[in-house]
Amino acid sequence: MSRVHHLRKWMIALFILVIFIWSMLGLDYQGFQSTSKVVSLSILKGFMHPDWAYVYLPEGEDLLRELLETLVISILGTFVSAILCIPFAFWAAANMSRLRVFPGVGKFTLSVIRVFPEMIVAILFIKAVGPGSFAGVLALGVHSIGMLAKLFSETIEGVDPGPQEALIACGANKLQIIRFAVIPQVIPQILSYTLYRFEINIRSATTLGLVGAGGIGTPLIFALQVRNWNRVGVILLGIVLLVVITDFISSRLRRKII
Amino acid sequence: MRLDIKSTNPTSTPSIPSSPNDSISNALDKPRRGKRIATWMLFIVILVVCSLYIDVTPYQLFVGLPEMGVLLKEMFPPDWSYLPTIWAPTLQTIKIAVAGTILGAIPAIPAALFSANNITPFKSVSLPIRTLLNLVRTVPDLLFAAVFVAVFGIGPFAGMLALLFFSFGIIAKLTYETVEAIDPGPLEAMTAVGATRIQLIVFGVIPQALPAFISYLLYTFEINIRAATVLGFVGAGGIGLLLNQSLGLFRYDRAATIIILTLAVVLIIDNASTRIRRKLL
Repeated sequence: MSRVHHLRKWMIALFILVIFIWSMLGLDYQGFQSTSKVVSLSILKGFMHPDWAYVYLPEGEDLLRELLETLVISILGTFVSAILCIPFAFWAAANMSRLRVFPGVGKFTLSVIRVFPEMIVAILFIKAVGPGSFAGVLALGVHSIGMLAKLFSETIEGVDPGPQEALIACGANKLQIIRFAVIPQVIPQILSYTLYRFEINIRSATTLGLVGAGGIGTPLIFALQVRNWNRVGVILLGIVLLVVITDFISSRLRRKII
Repeated sequence: MRLDIKSTNPTSTPSIPSSPNDSISNALDKPRRGKRIATWMLFIVILVVCSLYIDVTPYQLFVGLPEMGVLLKEMFPPDWSYLPTIWAPTLQTIKIAVAGTILGAIPAIPAALFSANNITPFKSVSLPIRTLLNLVRTVPDLLFAAVFVAVFGIGPFAGMLALLFFSFGIIAKLTYETVEAIDPGPLEAMTAVGATRIQLIVFGVIPQALPAFISYLLYTFEINIRAATVLGFVGAGGIGLLLNQSLGLFRYDRAATIIILTLAVVLIIDNASTRIRRKLL
């Protein structure tokens, strides 16, 4: 018995090793250029001496304003998705309809939305509405529906059925049940999930600019292209600070809500 | 019919009216309601200021929506003849994700052991490593990729490195939390019979933490496969490069083929990985 178990363990380990070697062989290592050492050194030097002048420029297009734009994109994107996902959440919640199929279809729709990487959504929106922060807001708004609506629907499935039954007993209609029995129970949890998603969105918003959807990513990719490492250093520093600060505030708020 | 329920009390059943408690709870509710309204007002003001600041208004959405419709119409039917061309880049995407995840997981093991307080009792060792892990996790993988493309040139190697760093941060953090939560019994027993620190780790920690570690590895792989599909946008290899090209050439039918194939791959891998993880834990 234990020998069979042992054999299986070794087979799994061997399988992982084979997959790993297969994946390593496929990647070409032309990347190891002779210049990469020089470049790495100059990057380190750039990070040691960030371009402090870029933090605030009177004529605009500076670090602070770009970071503020990134923050605003993620706030609006989170808000859009929090509104849009409410119908999806009720659609996918199993205790909100008598049919078994209806929530199942809703859950499948949400998992399809979830597997769409937000960069692809962003590029599609850029093609539709043009480059800029608006595409970024829409991309975050649509992409976040997948995860938020799933979490919301699970919260709705976990509500105490007592108040609902009481309302049905005194003749309330479907909307009244949702308004007075379901929503009061789920609001704190939903707010907490929205804040959590906001923390994820602020990370995404910093990368949206790499493809032209607004925010700090755009100046970063320009600085990388012209190899202005001092500026890259200060931008990365700004991003790390922004993420750390928003994470801190948001987790404080979440702890207060629940 | 008027429904008399306090929305602030989550578990309240319809209250019995005309009880003396009713007026008391009303009086108690008043300042809270004012605070609530003030919070919502503040929230709405922030939203309006935000949308004015970056010029995002519902009007733009109405202008942009028809464009979106045109785009979607051009995507169908997808160009299936493009499928053989994109097969190799899709495999490369998977390879980037596999290599990045495993190479990131290897240094994550010592990092996790050194930052777990029950294995490494020295704060001077664990604190710097934890800080480093926190820093690594604040930088999104695509930013890593953009930087590595600048250093090592365009290609899958830069993408693999980006995923390596990302996986390292996330796996090490999840693993050290697991290691800190393991049952101390076996460790104490082994210390009592005089085991060395290495023996302690090999026979006490690893058997307990291994299933969780593999589960985190798979979870990170799921994240990485999604990330790998878009690494090409910054030149770090994989299918994203072709997607960017097709979109740039306005070949939306080809873009649709790529997106559908990507979704299929991600869904299959997600499903398989979730099933294995459920079995492990």
